[in-house]
Amino acid sequence: MSFFLETLLGGLMSGMLYSLVALGFVLIYKASGVFNFAQGAMVLFAALSMARFSEWIPGWLGMDNLFMANVVAFVVSVVVMFAVAWLIERLVLRHLVNQEGATLLMATLGIAYFLDGVGQTIFGSDIYKIDVGMPKEPVMMLESVFEGGILINKEDFIAAFISALLVLALTIFFQKTATGRALRAVADDHQAAQSIGIPLGRIWVIVWCVAGITALVAGIIWGSKLGAQFSLSTVALRALPVVILGGLTSVPGAILGGLIIGVGEKVSEVYLGPMVGGGIEIWFAYMLALVVLLFRPQGLFGEKIIDRV
Amino acid sequence: MFYRENGQFKTSYQSDQQIFPIPQDRWVILGIVAFAFLGIPLLVDEYLFRAILIPFLILSLAALGVNILVGYCGQITLGAGAFMAVGAYAAYNFLIRVGGMPALGAILLGGLTAAAVGIVFGIPSLRVRGLYLAVATLAAQFFCDWAFLRVKWFTNNSSSGSVSVSDIDVMGWVISSPTDKYLFCLGILVIFSLMAKNLVRGSIGRQWMAIRDMDVAATVIGIRPMYAKLSAFAVSSFYVGVAGALWGFVHLGSWEPAAFSLDRSFQLLFMVIIGGMGSIVGSFFGAAFIVILPIFLNQILPVIGGLFGLDVSIALVSHVEIMIFGALIVFFLIVEPHGIARLWSTGREKLRLWPFPH
Repeated sequence: MSFFLETLLGGLMSGMLYSLVALGFVLIYKASGVFNFAQGAMVLFAALSMARFSEWIPGWLGMDNLFMANVVAFVVSVVVMFAVAWLIERLVLRHLVNQEGATLLMATLGIAYFLDGVGQTIFGSDIYKIDVGMPKEPVMMLESVFEGGILINKEDFIAAFISALLVLALTIFFQKTATGRALRAVADDHQAAQSIGIPLGRIWVIVWCVAGITALVAGIIWGSKLGAQFSLSTVALRALPVVILGGLTSVPGAILGGLIIGVGEKVSEVYLGPMVGGGIEIWFAYMLALVVLLFRPQGLFGEKIIDRV
Repeated sequence: MFYRENGQFKTSYQSDQQIFPIPQDRWVILGIVAFAFLGIPLLVDEYLFRAILIPFLILSLAALGVNILVGYCGQITLGAGAFMAVGAYAAYNFLIRVGGMPALGAILLGGLTAAAVGIVFGIPSLRVRGLYLAVATLAAQFFCDWAFLRVKWFTNNSSSGSVSVSDIDVMGWVISSPTDKYLFCLGILVIFSLMAKNLVRGSIGRQWMAIRDMDVAATVIGIRPMYAKLSAFAVSSFYVGVAGALWGFVHLGSWEPAAFSLDRSFQLLFMVIIGGMGSIVGSFFGAAFIVILPIFLNQILPVIGGLFGLDVSIALVSHVEIMIFGALIVFFLIVEPHGIARLWSTGREKLRLWPFPH
């Protein structure tokens, strides 16, 4: 029982991390109808920039306080991600308004290649560590309830907590601020939003900036777990079934989808994996999403797709 | 001036419905094919065959298959690499497990197996479409990656999923030298392109295009969406599967599942989009662009670095290479979202009127 609970909790926590990446997809898709394949590359880019700046900055400024170095590196990375967002809007998306979905998809794939290349050219291509003081040692919990208790990674716990906090902040931003209202208006109907004076271009920059920040947070959390390295860009591929499962247009869907996929992956790998030779995590997530799609083509929480001739 | 159809009158339906109604086109195409068969083997050295021409021919075949699905039937797929893998491994299994199986038969049966798998993974297309479908086809990619790595039966119990095939024998013709390989691939490509051209001109191709343009409207006028979509998946996967088998048997000789990874799927989709969706000739342009560009960058970057007195390391070259590759793709999509095929047809239109455009 306690082993099952451990698996379940582990799944929930990694699911929280998936939803963090998935959130980036949903934000951009909602606001601009672009399915952003470059989200993974953005996570990698952000993680690399965080790792390298926190390493370089103490040398440049001559300070040896780890905390301050991390704070400065974080600020610099935010600025870098804003610059990336602005450049993407300015140089790419602005020229591709009203193109077909497939063309936009390919454009973001091109951006992904470009970002991968630039990131590794500037920051180098080794594995860098991000040390933001996350505790590594596992802790025992619920010892009074079960015999032996359950083993939980403190790091995962904090990561899940930060993700939840970010989701909360984003929800407040979307629901309560004027910019958030404008974003939701654009998501509903581009033309109507434009006709009442909402500047589309600026909204897109803001959305990409927000997606950049989620990428940065995801990059820091994943990076401090696995190290900032090229394989981070494949995290996006793990997050795709989450988006599909939850619905491309729904923020709560991304979170719940992440939890479902996280748990499904872990449980299937532990209980089903040994029967077929292991390593089934990645396609199991996709199959799970596929089965849901067969019954609900718009995902669990997506807007109903209405066909008109 | 030379390219004008004034004075050419069609006197029968047959002549009006030819593949190339304008004689100049017909002769140029025939000339190109004849040159490819007779001229190129005399002119080209071994390196060019191995590095550019053979990959170009095989990937054009695969791009043709993807174009049938994406360009003609409008179903975005990110799983083309998986169908290449299915074709290659199925052909391998037919070759070693069935006694006396001819290599060509194994390749075609590999294509048919890929078609069957394609139909299975095409079933979601009946319910979902667009980007949801694109992600659904990724399931095929990851599943096949996993299956060929972990299920030992497919790879004849080899440890890392790597298998190898010796030089194949087609009706007494042992295909071993690069020229043989080139001619064999070229022959298959010509036959398959002709088939594809005729398919998309015929009733089934029209059904695919109707589904692509608006599937609800197509259903209303009596096109069966299940039949049209699944047949597109089957034909496309057949082409891609045959290309995969050729890639394994003829180009690589020995291969492992990584040869057909997700990157390959992306590459094929790039070919279709850059070449031109819904255009047979576009597949060739796209394949040429994607095959030649990395080789070109790889050659030219150290030279440019040398000009500025920089010592360019191999790692840096590969990073700058994917950077420029990505940037060029974005640039290309912005300049000509409809692909090289559109540039080609615009050029031809201009040529018809030249030198008196008014």
